[in-house]
Amino acid sequence: MSSAASPLLIVEDMRVAFPSRDGGLREAVRGVSFTLGRERLGLVGESGSGKSQTGRAILGLSAPESRVSARRLEFSGIDLLNCPPKQRRTLRGARMAMVLQDPKFSLNPVMTIGAQIVETLRAHRRVSSKEAKAQALAALESVRIDDPARVFKLYPHEVSGGMGQRAMIAMMLIAEPDLLIADEPTSALDVTVQLQVLSILDALVKERGMGLMLVSHDLRLVSTFCDRILVMYAGRIVEELAAGGLADARHPYTRGLMACLPQLGASTHPLATLERQPEWAL
Amino acid sequence: MNSVSSGALGLEVRQLRVVYDGFTAVDYASFCVAPGESFGIVGESGSGKSTVLRAICGLAPKASGTVQLVGGSSGEASAAQPTPGSKAFSRRVQMVFQDPYGSLHPRQTVDSLLAEPLAIHGIADAETRIERALNEVGLGQGFRFRYPHQLSGGQRQRIAIARALILEPQILLLDEPTSALDASVQAEILNLLEELRRLRNLTFIMVSHDLAVVTHLCERLLVMQRGHSVELLAAADLAARRVSQPYTLSLMQAASGFRRGQ
Repeated sequence: MSSAASPLLIVEDMRVAFPSRDGGLREAVRGVSFTLGRERLGLVGESGSGKSQTGRAILGLSAPESRVSARRLEFSGIDLLNCPPKQRRTLRGARMAMVLQDPKFSLNPVMTIGAQIVETLRAHRRVSSKEAKAQALAALESVRIDDPARVFKLYPHEVSGGMGQRAMIAMMLIAEPDLLIADEPTSALDVTVQLQVLSILDALVKERGMGLMLVSHDLRLVSTFCDRILVMYAGRIVEELAAGGLADARHPYTRGLMACLPQLGASTHPLATLERQPEWAL
Repeated sequence: MNSVSSGALGLEVRQLRVVYDGFTAVDYASFCVAPGESFGIVGESGSGKSTVLRAICGLAPKASGTVQLVGGSSGEASAAQPTPGSKAFSRRVQMVFQDPYGSLHPRQTVDSLLAEPLAIHGIADAETRIERALNEVGLGQGFRFRYPHQLSGGQRQRIAIARALILEPQILLLDEPTSALDASVQAEILNLLEELRRLRNLTFIMVSHDLAVVTHLCERLLVMQRGHSVELLAAADLAARRVSQPYTLSLMQAASGFRRGQ
């Protein structure tokens, strides 16, 4: 599935540390290594596992007080950690983009959806305003919004969560990035809408050959969607699984996480709970 | 106030309608929850499932319809049961909200959070009740003088459950009690709720968008869509995929995950 020649993104021994109150550093991501081709990669873990920090560090969106280090952090041949900030800014939005969790908080509430998409486009491309509008409408249509002209003029509070998330995806994709990091893109959405949003992302990977990194807490959803899954625990990748290979999970954490989900049609009372072992976090 | 009977209470909702500024959030919902039963309400956002719960405990305005407590071992006639909105009603019916980050007062310690319902209802033995409530939700006394920000999401939800249970209600309204929690914490909270229900002979009405969670905890459930009741069915029927409405079926398919080539 992934192009074996040269991966889009190479991450080797990446660490993200935050200063703690006693003056020391606390590592939220502790030596993560993986590569990403033009595929769908899932990054799964619970709160505090470092999955979102991993995604943010790749884009260079970590909090200013954090320290990001890595033996290698390369995006299509560009060394992200040592390139000038200006180059990083040009990359961000144009060639690598991020979809955030909740459209209610990540869209600008005082700008219409259309204006936000046009702004994104014109930040990266020199296009006339007429051309920009046409492209924005096309982008809205590509995320399966039925009446793009109407949605273009609406403010974020006037659309539903699913519609807002689609607008967000349209905005992130308008500059045609090679890499999209989606941080819990569907967690704030209803199940049926979740699947619509995922199928839009799926089509984009297929049609445009984009690399997609899906960060999520939902092991079951990710396992049905992604080609590969990385399971994170306490800042480390504890296991890599192939698509649909959830049943073959070896690590006790992954297995425990699976077991504690209630299943439709199988009654287990009480549910298994996860007994966290200190050695998992070593 | 008549003494709280130890027997389980049920609840009957008849032709409930909730209207906000001309928008009908709940359109004639009717269901009956037997004493000691666990009843689920399932639906997507905007289906009116949470509004039904809020209308039961008087947090949403009823345009029409009735909410009535039923049963009780003392054999009280239905008419003698307290009516929604009254103090006696809230003593019997308590609610646990979805977001444990938003439902606990950030400037109050666990101790004062738990003492408040006792003060409102004029219950004297606050000390022993708070100790017992904390033990029951598996937290222990070490948590008593902490603030909500010093607790994890799961611990906060345990406090929210303790606060609901401290009045020893017979009916617990649960509004997505685990949707803000991690999967492993969700399992712990679901087990706790089941255990408490068994110990105290509680009646549950639980709202959730997660079919697996609802079928795990509830015996019967109501499927809602855009304010309308779609289907009333037994959890066992749902688990065995014996559903009659296409909407319920589409929810079930969505819950099983993504399918390639959709």
